Amino acid sequence: MRCGVVVFPGSNCDHDVYHVLKHVLDQDATFLWHQDDTLKGCDLVVLPGGFAYGDYLRAGALAALSPVMDAVRRHAEAGGLVLGICNGFQVLLEAGLLPGAMRRNQNLRFLCRDVHLRVERADLPFTWKLKEGAVLRIPIAHAEGNYEDAPERLDALEANGQVVFRYVTPEGARADGDPQVNPNGAARAIAGISNAGGNVLGMMPHPERCSESILGNTDGLALLAGAVAAGSRSLLTKVGSAR
Amino acid sequence: MKARVTVYPRREILDPQGKAIRDALSRVGFPGVDDVRAGKSFEISLAGEDPEAARRQLREMCEKLLANTVVEDYSVELLGGEGLRP
Repeated sequence: MRCGVVVFPGSNCDHDVYHVLKHVLDQDATFLWHQDDTLKGCDLVVLPGGFAYGDYLRAGALAALSPVMDAVRRHAEAGGLVLGICNGFQVLLEAGLLPGAMRRNQNLRFLCRDVHLRVERADLPFTWKLKEGAVLRIPIAHAEGNYEDAPERLDALEANGQVVFRYVTPEGARADGDPQVNPNGAARAIAGISNAGGNVLGMMPHPERCSESILGNTDGLALLAGAVAAGSRSLLTKVGSAR
Repeated sequence: MKARVTVYPRREILDPQGKAIRDALSRVGFPGVDDVRAGKSFEISLAGEDPEAARRQLREMCEKLLANTVVEDYSVELLGGEGLRP
């Protein structure tokens, strides 16, 4: 099992993700440069948070066109695991690997604080260690996390079960109009979505910032551990089918 | 040939930035402003002389990169000069 963390000029959570994968979860982890045209054999690819290409034009817009993204797209189309966190989520949207778009937060501010997420799907490669309906406390740090799409496309997203995380109260209740609960004003309080196949996940909150007890919160660890274990399982399947 | 591309938030989508600017305009003495949409403008110099081809190319640029058509609309406009009508 090999994990790759993509580094764009302006990524700033790349080392945090690498640290959790390598030192907390004890995985073979490597950095992938945005100019690379292969994923160096990685089974799990993480697009980290930050401000890729300075967020010029739109958050994620220029990063989505960098050479490594062709390799990420091929990986995703082949069923490989791709996780986009915060700016990484924005890159996946701009690359068309996930539907929808991000707008400025409703209050126009950069928000950096803990939020509560309800797990809406616990049967994906990333979330199988979580319980459906469980509430996680995970920090956000973004100015453009106000998820938007046309109403009929949002309906389709919900019908396909592609809404993976939603902003809720600490008790797990919806309050989409309350900025304390749905901090950025996201449509239907969407915090994270997957593609139809469930192998590409984008989320605004940062699980890598809450994956060690020394940081006072380990709510993010099960997600990253789940992704790593799922990557290993798919690796075993690959090895098995090659025999 | 020169062109201007304007990209702005779609009508049906709330534009929090435009709304904040409208409120600020009202505070500095322009209470009659009903709506502001805040967008981006690009001035683009193009090779070639064919205005139709240029417009086609500019629209393609918008679809592929300059605008995110999930949340943004765009307009393209050729600027005068070299015998072209604006």
